[in-house]
Amino acid sequence: MSGVTNQGGVQAEFDGLLGRFRLKVSLTIPPKGITALVGPSGAGKTSLLRAIAGLTRLPGRVLMDGAVWQEGRRFVPVHKRALGMVFQESSLLNHLSVKDNLLFGYRRSTEPKTMGLDEIVPLLGLEPLIGRSTDNLSGGERQRVALGRALLSQPRLLLMDEPLSSLDAESRAEILPFLEALHRTLSIPVLYVSHDAEEVARLADHVVTLNAGQIVGTLQRATPDPLSPLSADQIRDLARQALEAGIKPNPAAR
Amino acid sequence: MADVIWTTLKLASLTTLLLLVLATPLAWWLARQKVWWKEIIAALAALPIVLPPTVLGFYLLLLLAPSSPMMELLRPFGIQSLAFTFPGLLIGSMVYSLPFAVQPIRNGFEAMGDRPMEVAATLRATPLNAFFTVAVPQARRGFLTAAVLVFAHTVGEFGVVLMIGGGIPGQTEVISVKLYQLVESLQFGEAHRLAAGLLVFSFVVLLTMFLTERRARKTAP
Repeated sequence: MSGVTNQGGVQAEFDGLLGRFRLKVSLTIPPKGITALVGPSGAGKTSLLRAIAGLTRLPGRVLMDGAVWQEGRRFVPVHKRALGMVFQESSLLNHLSVKDNLLFGYRRSTEPKTMGLDEIVPLLGLEPLIGRSTDNLSGGERQRVALGRALLSQPRLLLMDEPLSSLDAESRAEILPFLEALHRTLSIPVLYVSHDAEEVARLADHVVTLNAGQIVGTLQRATPDPLSPLSADQIRDLARQALEAGIKPNPAAR
Repeated sequence: MADVIWTTLKLASLTTLLLLVLATPLAWWLARQKVWWKEIIAALAALPIVLPPTVLGFYLLLLLAPSSPMMELLRPFGIQSLAFTFPGLLIGSMVYSLPFAVQPIRNGFEAMGDRPMEVAATLRATPLNAFFTVAVPQARRGFLTAAVLVFAHTVGEFGVVLMIGGGIPGQTEVISVKLYQLVESLQFGEAHRLAAGLLVFSFVVLLTMFLTERRARKTAP
């Protein structure tokens, strides 16, 4: 699979109120690899993801590969942003078959088609599901379809909002290898919200910790090569630190 | 007899078709808006449920009569009056059945929640495209209920059609009005045929709706 390569990554800055909650962040997502966004519940992880996607409008600025998605009064609507989003709970369109769900964004995307069904279906093990309706799929299967659907829309940024949190341990174990495979093949930035240390350790290249609407820690992995086995322990340590920092904000990490 | 049935079916079909088209944007707006005062609009649109048909018929008659301000506006187009005409009857039927279209469709849109439209937007669907390819199919049961209710309600209406239509044979005379006239003139045999026919028809319509809903529930949770 020849994904789109990016130089710029994503720059996002927000300072705004959601009800009484204030989100004030400045975040850079590297052009490649998985950036984990961790922190306690209520920290604003989902809000930040939604603001970057344009699903929630907050005062701020979003640059994608140097192109403006949001700046001042300029606000590119969600459907014109080349992004893929995987929601926390299953969000398959139940009036469409698995195949039509997968192709929903593919058919509408105006980006060059770098990923097709031929690549995504085997990558996510969707062969047995492709001809089925969305009923009677397991939670893990539904999230795999949702992920495939997001990827087929030819995103230049993939946003994942705790995609495994609504799954039981078995489904989680089933889907993680697919995510790791994806990690190796994908050449677009991924922002991955999680509060699971194991997930972060296995997937993340960078870890950003959010607490009470603010970024309290940013950790980069030592080596840029996501395959390097040397760094696995390091990542795990970084992830643990980050998670601890999120749960109990550590002044040293600021 | 045949022209009465034809007028009734024509009225009910056209009312259903036009009302589904017109009620959908209103139902969508009511389902998606967050402002409290939308309920004022919702209450206005629901008024025909509680108003006696004669009250509604009376005001509609005034509105469609030659001297009304609305007719003044239409006069340049060569339309003098819509009272006691089929188009007038159609307008009256649409107003009378409006809540039966708006409510089920609004419920359908509300039951869907915000998520499917968000998903569609993240998959590059423009708002209009998402409306037709996601919202409408997701709310299909609401549309089905609305269509059946409006159709059946129009077939069964009496007060409004009598006030606005006047029961002119071949133009505005529908089954329910004809039935009344038959009973008044003591033609019980004819009246029986019409009444029983309407009864069976209504039952078949409702049964079909329930069976279709049952099947829809099975295929979509």
